[in-house]
Amino acid sequence: MSMFLFNRMKRGRVNIAAKCQSFSPTQSRAKKQKTGQGVFTLQSYAQDWGNLPHHIVLHIFQYLSLVDRARASSVCRRWNEVFHIPELWRCFEFELNQPATSYLRSTHPDLIQQIIKRHAQHLQYVSFKVDSCTESAEAACNILSQLVNCTIKTLGLISTARPSFMDVSQSHFVSALTVVFVNSKSLSSIKIDDTPVDDPSLKVLVANNSDTLKLLKMSSCPHVSPAGILCVADQCHGLRELALNYHLLSDELLLALSSEKHVHLEHLRIDVVSENPGQTQFHSIKKSSWDALIRHSPQVNIVMYFFLYEEEFEPFFCEETPVTHLYFGRAVSKDMLGRIGLNCPRLVELVVCANGLEPLDEELIRIAERCKSLTAIGLGECEVTCSGFMEFVKMCGGRLSQLSIMEEVLIPDNSYSMEQIHSEVSKHLGRIWFPDMMPTW
Amino acid sequence: MAPNSIHWFRRGLRLHDNPALQEAVRGAGTVRCVYFLDPWFAGSSNLGVNRWRFLLQCLDDLDSNLRKLNSRLFVIRGQPANVFPPGDAAIKKLAMEAGVEVIVKISHTLYNLDKIIELNGGQPPLTYKRFQTLISRMDPPEMPVVSSALMGCCVTPISEDHGDKYGVPSLEELGFDTEGLPSAVWPGGETEALTRIERHLERKAWVANFERPRMNANSLLASPTGLSPYLRFGCLSCRLFYFKLTDLYRKVKKTSKPPLSLYGQLLWREFFYTAATTNPRFDKMEGNPICVRIPWDRNPEALAKWAEAKTGFPWIDAIMTQLRQEGWIHHLARHAVACFLTRGDLWISWEEGMKVFEELLLDADWSVNAGSWMWLSCSSFFQQFFHCYCPVGFGRRTDPNGDFIRRYLPVLRGFPAKYIYDPWNAPDTVQAAAKCIIGVHYPKPMVNHAEASRLNIERMKQIYQQLSRYRGLGLLASVPSTHNGNGNGIAYSPGEQQPGTNTPATTVSSSTVASGNRTGSILLNFDNEENQGPSGIQQQQQRLGKTLICVSLFRLLHKGGSVTGKRDRESERDAEGEDDTLSTAHKLQRQIAEITSVHAASGNQSAMVIGYQIHIYANFMDTVNHYKSDLFFPVYFPTDELDEGHIS
Repeated sequence: MSMFLFNRMKRGRVNIAAKCQSFSPTQSRAKKQKTGQGVFTLQSYAQDWGNLPHHIVLHIFQYLSLVDRARASSVCRRWNEVFHIPELWRCFEFELNQPATSYLRSTHPDLIQQIIKRHAQHLQYVSFKVDSCTESAEAACNILSQLVNCTIKTLGLISTARPSFMDVSQSHFVSALTVVFVNSKSLSSIKIDDTPVDDPSLKVLVANNSDTLKLLKMSSCPHVSPAGILCVADQCHGLRELALNYHLLSDELLLALSSEKHVHLEHLRIDVVSENPGQTQFHSIKKSSWDALIRHSPQVNIVMYFFLYEEEFEPFFCEETPVTHLYFGRAVSKDMLGRIGLNCPRLVELVVCANGLEPLDEELIRIAERCKSLTAIGLGECEVTCSGFMEFVKMCGGRLSQLSIMEEVLIPDNSYSMEQIHSEVSKHLGRIWFPDMMPTW
Repeated sequence: MAPNSIHWFRRGLRLHDNPALQEAVRGAGTVRCVYFLDPWFAGSSNLGVNRWRFLLQCLDDLDSNLRKLNSRLFVIRGQPANVFPPGDAAIKKLAMEAGVEVIVKISHTLYNLDKIIELNGGQPPLTYKRFQTLISRMDPPEMPVVSSALMGCCVTPISEDHGDKYGVPSLEELGFDTEGLPSAVWPGGETEALTRIERHLERKAWVANFERPRMNANSLLASPTGLSPYLRFGCLSCRLFYFKLTDLYRKVKKTSKPPLSLYGQLLWREFFYTAATTNPRFDKMEGNPICVRIPWDRNPEALAKWAEAKTGFPWIDAIMTQLRQEGWIHHLARHAVACFLTRGDLWISWEEGMKVFEELLLDADWSVNAGSWMWLSCSSFFQQFFHCYCPVGFGRRTDPNGDFIRRYLPVLRGFPAKYIYDPWNAPDTVQAAAKCIIGVHYPKPMVNHAEASRLNIERMKQIYQQLSRYRGLGLLASVPSTHNGNGNGIAYSPGEQQPGTNTPATTVSSSTVASGNRTGSILLNFDNEENQGPSGIQQQQQRLGKTLICVSLFRLLHKGGSVTGKRDRESERDAEGEDDTLSTAHKLQRQIAEITSVHAASGNQSAMVIGYQIHIYANFMDTVNHYKSDLFFPVYFPTDELDEGHIS
C-alpha cells in the first residue's frame, strides 16, 4: 500500500484530506462525523505527507527495507533528507557477488559509492558477504580502504562460499583492514575468519582499539602466530570472546586471558584441523593453564571443533580438560570418546558425526555417568544399540534438552524395537521424541 | 449411441488399478488409449537413455497387454505441450470448449492430498512426523479397483497401418545410438512390476521382518525386488502395493493394525507430493517459500566432475557411475552424493544435483526428487545439519571390502581394501602394484573433505542463525545472537541495544535463552511445526484447485537438459498468451479430429466429427509447476535481500 501512495504522490503534492475523500468519500465523511477531531488535527498539522515531522518519517523509515526507503526518498525533498539521516546508516551489510560464481545479487555499485561518500562516518555495524570469487573479496577490500572517516564498532568479513579473502594478496588485504583498525578506534567486535590477517595488523588493532575490543573471531587465519594472538590477549583486557585455531592456543595465551586485569572470558572457540594425516603434530596444553582459566572465568564456554583423523587424537583429553562443547566432524575412535567420559566434567554439548565400526554403548554410558552437565547430544553415523541408547537416556533423563540421533544407526536388539525406543525415550525426556529420519528416496 | 472414449495415459502406465481407464470403458462404445511422445526431443540428447528405454518398455508392455484385450496403444508423436496447454485446468477448459467431457481420477497417490492439507489447516505439513500424525487420523487409502474383463464390450478401432502411425517407437527411431548399450538392469513395464511385487513380498514374508532393512554392501546393488522405478512410472499402483503389504503383515504377524513404518517408502513419496502440491516453485530455491536461501557456489567445472564421476573420491564416483549406467542407486547412496555436492563438500546448489538426477534416475519423481534434494541439502524440512556424510568413511562402513567400488570403477580394482576409499593416501608402491597412479589414471580428490566440511558447517550455521532472527527457530547459536539485528551475529552486545535497526533487539535472545546457553551449539532446536504460527507460511500461495492436473510424463522426462529448460519455458509462455491458448485449442481439436477421423475413414464408425463426444480420462497427477513466481515471495523465510541492502 505504501508504494501505491508514494507513486501517486510523485505526480505532485496531494493533500491528505483530499486524498481521503478521493478514496472513498462516503466513508471518509462518515468518519469525519464520528471522529471529526482526529481528522481536523491531521489536517491542521500536516497539510500533506511531505510535511510530516522528521521524527515520524524516520520512525516509519525504520520499518522499511532499504529498497522501499530508497523509493520513498524520491518522493520529496524532505523525505530525501530523512533518507540520509545517520541513524538509518549505522548498520549495513555489503553483499559482493559475481554472476559467474553466485546465484545472489550484489549490493548496487551506486549504493556502495553513496555510502562511501555520504555515510561512511555513520557506519557502526558493517559486514561484508562475499562469494567464492577473488574479485568479490578484492571489492570488499577496496570498500574497506575507503572507510577513512569511520567509527565502526562491528566488522565482519564473511565468505559465503569458498574462503575468497585468502586469495586476495596479503598486502592488499592487510592494508585495507588496517585502515579500519586505525580509523575506527572503538572497534568492539571483529569477525575475520579465513582471512590472511597477520601479526602486524593485529598489532595495529591492539594499538588503536585495545580498550574497546570485546570479540575477536579469527579461525583459520594461517598468517597469525601464537605471539600475534598473545599480544592481543595481553593488551585487550576487555576481550570476552575469542575464536582461533588450535595451533595458536598456548599455555601463555590462557594465562594472559586469566590475568587479574582481564575481564572474565565468556567464550573460547578452538578449531582443531589437520590437512593431511600424520603431518600435523599437535601440542598439548597443561592442566594448570586450563585450571587458571577456569579459576579466573568460571563460567567460560570452551568450544572445540575437531576435524582430525582418528589417529591424531592422541594428545587430546588425556588429562582433565574444561571443554564445554565438543564437535567431532570426522570419525572418532571409541578410545577417544572413552577419554571424554573420563576427562571432560564440564561438558554441556557433544556432537559426534561418525565413529568406527563398533557400537558406542559403553562410551555413551560413561559420558552420561561422568558428564553431569551434559544437556545436548547429537550423533551422526555412530552406531549404538537400542539398549545402550536407552541406558544412556535413562541416566541423563530430562536434562537432555537436545537429543539427536539418526534412525538408521540405532541397532534394534532383543530388548527394544524402534517403536519402543520412541515411546521409552519420550517417557524419560518428558516430551515427545523421535530419532532423526532421512527420507527413503 | 454409446460415447467414444479416449484414455490418456500419462503417469499410470498400467492396466491394473486404473480407475480412469475403467471409467473410460464403462458404457463406452469405443475406447482408444493414447500416449503422447515427442520423438524430436529424444534424439537431441543422448542423456537419460535409461529413462527413455524404460518408458518405451513400459509402452511396449502396455501395448502388448492391450493386444491381449483386442485393443492397442496409440502413441501419438508430438509434444503434448504443443498439443495441450500445460495445466490440467486449461486442458479441461479446452476440452470443454471442444465439447469433450474430462474425467479425472486419483490413483497416483494413496491419499487425497487436498484432504491432508485441509486437515493441516490449509498448509502442507513440513515435517514427516506431522505428516504421519495427519494420515494416521485419516481413513485408510481406498482399495485398488479390480478390473476383471477390463474392456467389457468396448472395442478399439484399429487401422491397418496402426503400427506405422501409432506404434511404440524404438530407441533408434528416437535417435539414440544403441550400439554397445548394455541391457537394462531395470526392465520397464507393468508385467515386470507385477512380477517384482510378488518377489518383493515373498522376500519380506521369508525374513518376516518388517523393519527397514539395514544397509549393507549388498543393498547397494540393484535388486530384483526393487520397485521404485515402477511406482514412478505408474507401472505399479501404489495402492496395490499398500494393500499387499497390509495383507502380508496381517498374515505373518497375526495382528490387525500394521505400523505406519511398514509403508515407509510409499509414505515418503506421499509426504513430498503433499509438500509440493500447492507449491509450483518447489523445485527452485528462489521464490520457493519453504526453501532456505543458501548462497551456493556457482561452479560448472566442479559440478561436471561430480556428475561425470571424476571427483577423485571412489565412493562418490562409483555411485555416480552406477547411476549413469543403471539408472538407480540406493537411497543412502543418494544421500552420500547429494550431501557431497551440496552442504557437505562442493557447496553447489541442490537444484543442479536435482537436474542431474532427473536425467539419470529412473525413479526421479518431480516432487520426491526436489523434496529429497532440499532435505539433503538442509534447505527445508527442519533437519539437523550438524552431520555430513563423509565421502570416505561412509562407504567404508557400508562396504568395508570395497567390492562396490571395484565393480563400478574397474581402474581401482587393484587397490587393497585398506586404501580403496582413499587411494591418494596409498604409498607409491601400492599405487604401482595396483597399476593405477592417482593423478594419472584416476583423479586426485577434488576437495579436502575435512577443510570443506569445516567451512560448510560454518556457512550453514551462519545461515540458520540469520534465519532464526526472523523466525525464532530457537537455534542454539555458537555466537552471541544477533542482538544488534545486523544479521551477522558477531557483535558482542549482551544487553547493549543498538538503535537504528529494523528488528526489535530482544526477539532472538529469548529464543536462544531457551537453550540454556548461547554458545557452542550446532544442534538445531526447531519449534514443533504445530507451534509455529501458521500465519505467513504459504498464505501468500495461491491455492491451486485440485482439478489442475498436469505434469505429464513428458515434462518429467525432459526437465533436465538446458535445451528442455528452454523449451519448457517456451511452452509455458505459449500457454500464457490468450492467442496461443486459442491456437492450442484449435490444435487440440485438430488432434482429436485426426485420431477420430482416421477411424471414421476406416469405416468402423459413422461420420461424427462435428460435435463428437469424447471423454478424456486421465490419471491424477501430483503437482502443477507452471505458475509464475511473481505470485509468491518467500514468506516463510523472508529474504534478506529486502532487509540487507539490495537495491534493484
